[in-house]
Amino acid sequence: MDWSLLLSFYPSLFTGVAVTLGILVGTLSIGLVLGAVICAARLRRVPVLAHMFDGYVLFFRGTPLLVQLFAIYFGLGQFEAVRESVAWTLLREAWFCAVLALGLNSAAFTSEIMRGGVLGVERGQLEAAAAFGFSQSQTLRLILLPQALRIALPAYGNEVILMLKGTALASTISIMEITGIARRLSSEHFAPFEAFIAAGTIYLAIAIALTSSFSFIERRLV
Amino acid sequence: MPELLSYGPDGWGDELLSGLAVTLLLAAVAFGAGTVGGLLLMLLRRRGGVCRSLVSAYVTVFRGVPELLVLYLIFFGTGALIQNVAASLGYTERINLSGFALGALALAVIASAYATEAFRGAANSIPRGQLEAADAFGFPATRRFVVIEFPQLLRVALPALGNIWLIVLKDTALVSLTAVAELMRQATVAAGSTHRPFTFYAVAALLYLVVSFVSERALGRVERRFALKDAG
Repeated sequence: MDWSLLLSFYPSLFTGVAVTLGILVGTLSIGLVLGAVICAARLRRVPVLAHMFDGYVLFFRGTPLLVQLFAIYFGLGQFEAVRESVAWTLLREAWFCAVLALGLNSAAFTSEIMRGGVLGVERGQLEAAAAFGFSQSQTLRLILLPQALRIALPAYGNEVILMLKGTALASTISIMEITGIARRLSSEHFAPFEAFIAAGTIYLAIAIALTSSFSFIERRLV
Repeated sequence: MPELLSYGPDGWGDELLSGLAVTLLLAAVAFGAGTVGGLLLMLLRRRGGVCRSLVSAYVTVFRGVPELLVLYLIFFGTGALIQNVAASLGYTERINLSGFALGALALAVIASAYATEAFRGAANSIPRGQLEAADAFGFPATRRFVVIEFPQLLRVALPALGNIWLIVLKDTALVSLTAVAELMRQATVAAGSTHRPFTFYAVAALLYLVVSFVSERALGRVERRFALKDAG
């Protein structure tokens, strides 16, 4: 192991941190918004939509992220209708496909976490709220959501770490985030250990920072 | 589309199915090795001191670093390492390592980190009194583990191990990037030569989904079979 070579890799790898975090933020945003919609539609059993989302969650949780990413990035161009639509300007961009695929995947997992949070709130409390004449939005705002959030937060922290690790897949469609840069450094210098270990320490630092932020928030909420 | 997926030299049905077989084998080997590794690491952790810190570090690292990075490290790193060792022994020909073995090793390392935590949680759920009773009866440590602890450990850890199986199964797709001819790789090859990428990735996704779904059903059954019945 060549330690000075390993240390010399850090400046290049740091340029990938912003890309990795950018993909992560985009992914989590799609995951939260779409996840909330899916969770609401499934809990209320909205006709048609609920069934569609049941299938959606089953599919995105039961298949590899890499297949989802490749199907979107390499696959969609197979259809002429897609190539001729306005969306094609975005869909042929690797970064957009990475955020889209990871976001759609995260939405499936996030909706399940939200569902667990909502179902974890004791039913009697909702009945009590109704008995006290709380409106639906009051019950949601004052009783259900604050408690659901507390129940769901630890699992959501895990999901964020899973997605951080998922961003590494973006390197397979040519995006130069941390793993992509590590791959390049490894082959340029024929130094796989140095390149991948240096990259690993950066991911670990980000993961530890995220985990401690989540446990800080959890402590504040209790 | 039917002819694309037909069996034989004109279609890709046989390639996809043989890919699926490699995927299942890869997942089974990695999951088996990962589970055994996790159990051993959990036992090592219990010795305390340095062992405890080392195992904790191992778990943190392999759960916190992207699976892809672990795969690259083991795939490209082991190759370089063995080449260097061979060169220092005077052997300069190119050595080809099995992508399957290295892929399975990488997945097993990741699975063992998750399994260590699963077994640790399960071990904590066994009442201390049982172990004290075994000691009082003069059970040697090995017997105490095999007869008292292990069966309960497996039962309590079963749901977590089921999840690990599903994670490993999906992670096998990453091994396609190192050209091992598993399902995802076969789909990529078929996609490239037919210019029908969506079709083949969709078929591959469907096959993964079927395996995940069947596994989940089977795991549910096994869990119910071994669930603790309420006393009385």
